[in-house]
Amino acid sequence: MAGQAALTIQAKPQARVRARRFRVGAWMLPGYTHLVILWLFMPIFVMILFAFNDTHGKYNLQWTGFTLKWFEHPFAIPTLTSALVSSLSTATLGMLISTVLGTLIALAFHRYAFRGRTILDSILIMNIAASEVVIGSALLTLFIAGNVPLGFLTIVLAQVMFSIPFVAVTVRARLAGFDPALEEAAEDLGASPIETFMLVTLPIIFPGVIAAALLAFAICLDDYVITSFVAGNTQTFPLWVYGATRLGVPPQVNVIGTFIFLGGCLISVTFAAFRTWRNSQLAREAQA
Amino acid sequence: MQAVAAAGAGPRKPALRVRFARAAAPYLLILPGGGWLFLFFLLPILALAVTSLESGDFIAGFNFDWNVGNYTFGLQLYSSQFLHSIEYGGAATIVAFLVAYPAAYWIAFHAGPRKAAYLLIVLLPFFVSFVIRTLSWETLLADYGPLFKPLKDAGLLPGDFRVLATPVAVTGGLAYTFFPFMMLPIFASLEKIDRRLVEAAEDLFANRFEVFRRVIFPLSLPGVFAGVLLTGIPAVADYVNQDLLGGVGTTMIGRVIEEQFEVDINYPLAASLAFIFMVGLLAMLLAYQRIFGTKEILSD
Repeated sequence: MAGQAALTIQAKPQARVRARRFRVGAWMLPGYTHLVILWLFMPIFVMILFAFNDTHGKYNLQWTGFTLKWFEHPFAIPTLTSALVSSLSTATLGMLISTVLGTLIALAFHRYAFRGRTILDSILIMNIAASEVVIGSALLTLFIAGNVPLGFLTIVLAQVMFSIPFVAVTVRARLAGFDPALEEAAEDLGASPIETFMLVTLPIIFPGVIAAALLAFAICLDDYVITSFVAGNTQTFPLWVYGATRLGVPPQVNVIGTFIFLGGCLISVTFAAFRTWRNSQLAREAQA
Repeated sequence: MQAVAAAGAGPRKPALRVRFARAAAPYLLILPGGGWLFLFFLLPILALAVTSLESGDFIAGFNFDWNVGNYTFGLQLYSSQFLHSIEYGGAATIVAFLVAYPAAYWIAFHAGPRKAAYLLIVLLPFFVSFVIRTLSWETLLADYGPLFKPLKDAGLLPGDFRVLATPVAVTGGLAYTFFPFMMLPIFASLEKIDRRLVEAAEDLFANRFEVFRRVIFPLSLPGVFAGVLLTGIPAVADYVNQDLLGGVGTTMIGRVIEEQFEVDINYPLAASLAFIFMVGLLAMLLAYQRIFGTKEILSD
């Protein structure tokens, strides 16, 4: 919000600068940016386009005509559907657990100075920065050594593990702009720690928690490398698709991929619109 | 003794139970998440280290005997795959930087009220599953795929021209896959720059290029630093792009580790390769931080 204020204040000088810039290659940077966006969307276009491809063989690689038939039966392949279901369930569980655990860590970092703070902080950063092959193979050696059967459970264990740091970092960023005096005021007015958390802290950090949960869900749903190490015979959506590359990927994958893409777009656009609306609302209140 | 002190201090001092709860609170908060990370992140790395020093085979069983041979053997046998990883991952990081920086700069400084919308648009493609995106690139870059078939039919490209199954395809795929990890930190650090500094530079008659070189770019370095780390580390390790977009001679070390685990079931060799890889990356990371380091890596 501070950034927004700065923007409105300096609106005037920027106009002066812009007038000067119109002369020299003003189109170059925006042109470049739009080319980058085109590059980013190219494989998405291909995915959506080939969901409408009237392919007859095993391979969906050459354009052979338009059809809607894949949209009539997107769940016609039972193993693909069950892989999608297990992806959605591991990701949901992974999201719920990691959001709670990560938020608790963020709260501890925000409110307390405690022993082991820097160690925990570097473990979080190490986890985000460590390569997936190493984490995946390390987890697999642990599970083998401990005779843990691979499957649904080990996938959830792994997904929670790599989501916690992302949640903690995201919620902590939200907490950074949070005035601790509000919590103290609630406590002075006789609220118990739990009441303070439920009535004051949580409502304020809620947008951050939701953003963190969405992020955790997205990375759990999409993870291939670590999940493939610990999945055993369980198939998730990315694992199924990857396995199908050798045999030919059916158009249903494109259909489901398109739906996931549209779902993601819908959620993020709604979220962004809500935030814009809330900010304008807050700005109006501040003016009044 | 504390109990006595608490009792003697009168009603203003909170009871021992409350004070104990306050002291314990941070540890109770971090216990579940920290414990989870200990069990499934730190402990596995220990298990990896132990496994990497074992010898034996899958049928006879593995036993721990300080078998350092795994390391020398692994390094010798797969040095070219280690090199491929560094080459393609490094090239992809540079490509991602060159693509992301100008776009992030334009969106942060010149997209005006549409800034948030542009940022959202840039990130939307990454809602599509990573494996599907890479598959789509395979389709796009195929020898007679939608990109090259028209050009070849028109005679603009020779018939044996190819991108798929070459290092170029692998590098491009890696740069694409990890693009958001480059874009977001750079954008965040550019957006944080105080616009008054830019104005001050302009008032002091710096031209546009000088403003960028002396003010904006240096101030965006923390973002560049984080972006290079967050892109480079996964890009070096990835094997999906190489598998789908690369050819026979482009194998990277991630693939070797995965195959040693899943196909050859040689856990000690696989573990030692993973360990070499991890330590090598860590060393590069520390060197990188020493040379270009800023204090904030991921801190908000």
